Amino acid sequence: MSEADAVSDAEPGAALPEALAEIQRDFLDLGVKDRLQLLLEFSNELPELPQRYADHPDLLEQVVECQSPVFIFTEVEGGRVRLHATAPRESPTTRGFASIIAQGLDGLTVEEALAVPDDYPQTIGLVEAVSPLRIRGMTALLGRAKRQIRERAAAQ
Amino acid sequence: MSVEVDPAPKFSEYAHPERLVSTEWLAEHLGEPGLVVVESDEDVLLYETGHIPGSVKLDWHTDLNDPVQRDYVSAERFAELLSERGIAPDTTIVIYGDKNNWWAAYALWVFTLFGHADVRLLDGGRAKWEAEGRDYTLDQPEVAAAEYPVPVRDDSVVRAFKDDVLAHFGSPLIDVRSPEEYDGSRTTAPAYPEEGALRAGHIPSAQNVPWGKAAADDGTFRSVAELDAIYRDGAGLQTGDDVIAYCRIGERSSHTWFVLHHLLGFENVRNYDGSWTEWGSAVRVPIVTGAEPGEAPAAVGVSAR
Repeated sequence: MSEADAVSDAEPGAALPEALAEIQRDFLDLGVKDRLQLLLEFSNELPELPQRYADHPDLLEQVVECQSPVFIFTEVEGGRVRLHATAPRESPTTRGFASIIAQGLDGLTVEEALAVPDDYPQTIGLVEAVSPLRIRGMTALLGRAKRQIRERAAAQ
Repeated sequence: MSVEVDPAPKFSEYAHPERLVSTEWLAEHLGEPGLVVVESDEDVLLYETGHIPGSVKLDWHTDLNDPVQRDYVSAERFAELLSERGIAPDTTIVIYGDKNNWWAAYALWVFTLFGHADVRLLDGGRAKWEAEGRDYTLDQPEVAAAEYPVPVRDDSVVRAFKDDVLAHFGSPLIDVRSPEEYDGSRTTAPAYPEEGALRAGHIPSAQNVPWGKAAADDGTFRSVAELDAIYRDGAGLQTGDDVIAYCRIGERSSHTWFVLHHLLGFENVRNYDGSWTEWGSAVRVPIVTGAEPGEAPAAVGVSAR
């Protein structure tokens, strides 16, 4: 396929938001083993919860499809998405997934966030690094975040 | 060159005490020639966050499973995996991991398929080592490759296939999944991703004994008296029984296989690794829903063993 075809095949507006595109490039530039190390860096970067959620774990929603307890909470402020997540230290893979989703969606408009392809987790080179089964946990996390964003936006 | 067995009194009551080591024993024997410590976790990154000094990592998905066919890796690949980790056929292997050694037991079971002689579990696994404040390191060990001749995998002794289960009816089956998976209200463990089974329920006549019952609160294995109460009194197993255990993909039932065979001494225990993801999607195999085991149908065909 020529480059021109590739461009014409792309859906208008199907381009990934910059943060997610950059995360994708960063992973795909690495060999499989180094992708695990990068995932670990994301895991370590998952920020602590804002105090108002740390004090109220009941406000967070557990993603039951994930292998380890991971909780996410999205807010929509002025049409922009804020996403908070927490997962235990002994589940670094899940923390890494949550960190990617949080960094990738945070600050997007509702429309941009909802347009993120559901199969994004399968496109960043992690399937072979962590296994197809494990990547489903990240797909579930993205799906849950988008559902929350849809609900929050509809409630406004 | 096998490393000495842990003489801990707790283990002496088990059928195969040589299959377990305590955290104390391991701390004393780290670095001993002939011993390789292997970490096998559910979480693929946990080893990278810190591990027992000198230990090597083995992942059940990316290392032990064939990437294309639903099966374990070939004997050639297995030999490479062990060679790369500095393991020779006479090496003593101690495996430990997260989640009550769930995935460590799975690795041990796969090592058994390939006939590795001396492979043990760290009683209590990662959690106990951590709770006791023992050493962790971020350093990857420098491993000199060892000579590991290509082994012969024997699937006839500790592994059951679907046809073996159909031929097994009338003998005990243990379903080690959660009660919700057993009774058919769901097809995956609570809080686990959907692995794909079209129907829910259990294999007729299987007793439901969730795998985690075999572990105490600190992750160590329960005593023989406690295990007897669970598996003999509770699930009706009797000495001499030929038992097949299953779960969803064969990982949790590896843990139960270890308990029944190595701790309680049942000679003929097989793990049906196809488990519910195969049975629950297979055409015209019998299924029972609800909390009762249901009647065993007539056995079909002849087991491969």
